[in-house]
Amino acid sequence: MIPLSWYLMLSAVLFSIGVFGFLLKRNIITIFMSIELMLNAVNLSFVAFANYWNTHPQMLPSGARMVPLSGHVFVFFVMVVAAAEAAVGLAIIISVFRTRETLNVDRVNLLKL
Amino acid sequence: MTKNLHLWVIPLLPLIGAAINGLFGRRFKNAMVSAVALLFTAASFGWAAWAVYSLWPGGLAPHIETLFPWITAGSFSAPFGFYLDQLSMIMVLVVTGVGFLIHIYSVGYMSHEGGYYRFFAYLNLFMFFMLTLVLANNYLLMFVGWEGVGLASYLLIGFYFLKDSAANAGKKAFIVNRIGDFGFLIGMFLIIQHFGSLNYDTVFNKIAEGHFAPETGWGVFTVTALCLLFGATGKSAQVPLYVWLPDAMEGPTPVSALIHAATMVTAGIYMIARSHAIFNLAPHALEIVAIIGCLTAIFAATMGLAQTDIKRVLAYSTVSQLGYMVLACGVAAYAAGIFHLMTHAFFKALLFLGAGSVIHAIGGEQDMRRMGGLRKKIPVTFWVVTIATFAIAGFPPFAGFFSKDEILGAVFHSPYGGPVLWTIGVITAGLTSFYMFRLWFMTFFGEYKPDADLGDAHLTAAVHASPAAHGATPHADSHDDDSHGHGGVHESPWIMLAPLVILAALSVVGGWVGVPQFMGGHNEIEHFLAPAMESRSAVAGEAAAPEHTESLASPIGEIGKENKGTESTSEEWLLAGTSVFAASLGLFFAWLFYYKRRELPDRITTKIHGIYTMVLHKYYVDEGYGAIFVKPLLALSTVVFWRGVDQGVIDGLVNGAGTTSKGIGNQLRRMQSGNIRSYAAWVALGGAAVIAYMVWLGVSK
Amino acid sequence: MVHQVLFIVFGLICVAGAINLLVQRHPISSALSLVVVMASLALIYLLLGAEFVAAIQVIVYAGAIMVLFVFVIMLLNAGAEERTRGSRIALLVGVPGVVVLAGTVGWLLVTGSQQLGGVTIGATNFGDTHTIARFLFRDFLLPFEITSVLILIAIMGAVVLGKKEN
Repeated sequence: MIPLSWYLMLSAVLFSIGVFGFLLKRNIITIFMSIELMLNAVNLSFVAFANYWNTHPQMLPSGARMVPLSGHVFVFFVMVVAAAEAAVGLAIIISVFRTRETLNVDRVNLLKL
Repeated sequence: MTKNLHLWVIPLLPLIGAAINGLFGRRFKNAMVSAVALLFTAASFGWAAWAVYSLWPGGLAPHIETLFPWITAGSFSAPFGFYLDQLSMIMVLVVTGVGFLIHIYSVGYMSHEGGYYRFFAYLNLFMFFMLTLVLANNYLLMFVGWEGVGLASYLLIGFYFLKDSAANAGKKAFIVNRIGDFGFLIGMFLIIQHFGSLNYDTVFNKIAEGHFAPETGWGVFTVTALCLLFGATGKSAQVPLYVWLPDAMEGPTPVSALIHAATMVTAGIYMIARSHAIFNLAPHALEIVAIIGCLTAIFAATMGLAQTDIKRVLAYSTVSQLGYMVLACGVAAYAAGIFHLMTHAFFKALLFLGAGSVIHAIGGEQDMRRMGGLRKKIPVTFWVVTIATFAIAGFPPFAGFFSKDEILGAVFHSPYGGPVLWTIGVITAGLTSFYMFRLWFMTFFGEYKPDADLGDAHLTAAVHASPAAHGATPHADSHDDDSHGHGGVHESPWIMLAPLVILAALSVVGGWVGVPQFMGGHNEIEHFLAPAMESRSAVAGEAAAPEHTESLASPIGEIGKENKGTESTSEEWLLAGTSVFAASLGLFFAWLFYYKRRELPDRITTKIHGIYTMVLHKYYVDEGYGAIFVKPLLALSTVVFWRGVDQGVIDGLVNGAGTTSKGIGNQLRRMQSGNIRSYAAWVALGGAAVIAYMVWLGVSK
Repeated sequence: MVHQVLFIVFGLICVAGAINLLVQRHPISSALSLVVVMASLALIYLLLGAEFVAAIQVIVYAGAIMVLFVFVIMLLNAGAEERTRGSRIALLVGVPGVVVLAGTVGWLLVTGSQQLGGVTIGATNFGDTHTIARFLFRDFLLPFEITSVLILIAIMGAVVLGKKEN
């Protein structure tokens, strides 16, 4: 038996690394990968909790209704959205690269006034 | 209220005239402008006359027409309504009648002036406000008129606004009047507090119902009355606020005649007479009213002695005569005060218009020392001014004699007056006679000396507030001789002389309505005014419980009875004779000094040089006010309010707010760097904050 | 016991891969590290008994999405990362923010782990493809269909964006 907190801890660590990557990396593709990492971290939490509520329904907050496996279904949707996001995001990266000739986000600061 | 007289039409007509001339007058020809102004003024006069005729002679109760509620706040409400009783009948007829005559005169007088339409628009505006003032049925509406005439006065004094002295005189008049208005306002507040209303009938009926006995000490009515008196001193140019009126002579002469002699300055008298019920409850206040009136009368008369500017002499004379009226009010002889107001309106308007005619005749000169010998050259003006001079000096049978005698008699018998004030009044009458005949002799007798040298030392020093008076700007009235296209002395056109003749006739017969009983008359004006004046409380007293009547009628009623009952005819003749004697004495000395032996005045003035200089400088009152009030105020305003509060605090706050937000914005601008990673950092920080907050919530639970 | 050892092993691989993603300066190395992270995550899903999720994690994520990334990296010929100093804010504000975030959550998990209890591969047929399919096509049918529309839109958007402008 693995404690739930281990899964959550792993999820938090991965998420934090993802945020660090987002903050510190300059390459727009790597930043994008950091986002994927964060999504994965969240997915891990979803799956862990789906299993946990299934075996520990008594821990549910009173009145909450548990749909079995909804965590898995959520992961499925997250993946679909991630796939869509990757498709659109990478297309945007390509077109940005076409105009700016760079993948460095520090050089793509057109949001400034 | 039996029938609707549409009193609102009376003030509205001049307002329409003012609006037409003010808005479109620039494009009109002069004839059109004067036609509009005269038409509406005449219509107003006609309507007023008709209204008065319909009511004649007026019942015991006033005729009130309330149009609509105007200001309502809580239990307080001030309607927009008009009030016609015997007092306002006289006022409204004087204002519209004399006003109309002066309008006619102005057509001739102003014909060569710039801003012709502006002049008539202002004049009509003045008429509107003045009629509002006298017809209002509550103090608030009266105050509207009161302020309005102040505005019109300001505009007209500063009519030649390119001239510094005129602009300054206008400002002075306005500011000094505001000081008085402050008193009036406080008085109104006190009235609201104690009567819950500003309506005349409410206030007076409450008093008449007899809830209030006359105060023996210094109570609320005394304070209220004194506040109202302070307002009156501003508008009616009494001590201590008279200083604006002599300077107001910077305006065109018809304005001086209409506003600063005949009508506006009498507003204070009207207000006191209107509030007589309140004043009657405050014997101390009445005493002060009498003293102020008396002081003003003698003070201004002495100042008038040394003036050489013809209009200034008349201005001081006006102040002095207003002092008489206030004195009359102070001894509770309101009817006499109003009587004098009426006759004064006739002869003082006549004097001013006559002076204007003289000034017109000799091309803008106002200094009497440059006049002389004009009797033959402008005979009509000479004769009408002669009538007016005799009227103001108080010679029977001219109007001034009866009204002045009425006042002096009342002063002598009144407990508030007494022999002391009466003596001062008689001396003032003598002085009035002296300076008026001085003016008369200097202007019309002797030789015409348009180029007289005015270089003697102390007189040059007297250039004082009015540089215009001494040829610094010879055409003080902007009455440019050249623009007339004909040199030399000439009589004014008939459009100017006709009003003079009418006013002269009124100056003669105007007093006959008040011939006292001991001379075989019936003193009609006093009986006419009686319902609006003293007997009002008595009338209400009859309705009230009998035991109240005694206290109600006192002390005013008793004085009235005393006047009627106990006076002996011989005493009355003696009093009248004394004042006529004083006037004759004035005439004699004026004749001696300014006709027979012209070197005498100079010798006397060198003898009493100190006093003479003081009088010449008007007792240094202007300078004193300057040193006591204006300079410290200016210094305070400059150092504390301007440099300190305004520049330091207010500008500091405003500019500080600007620089602070600019600085903050400059710093915050860095947040909008356009760099995605910076934005992400802020998002991360926000997320951390939200999570931390939620955790803290959970843990603390 | 075996489960716990397996979790620790794959968890460590997972974290190591994530850190490597961060440290590597060439995007292709980062992409490959991410593949490692995803593969080991798939194994951890198996430890939780989520067979279907583990399968699509490999197929969709490691297979499809990561291949897309690698393609784009190759297409753009992305070189090593530049060292630019674009944002001091990211360092000064973001990093402490994340540290606080991670610290708070970590502290919460450490202190609360006793109450939570554990997770095992317990119930039979939990998380298998058959069960999930029944949920997906019955209870979550409408979201599923909407997702397919979303995918369609994403494809069209990608095509439009990727098209060369004339």
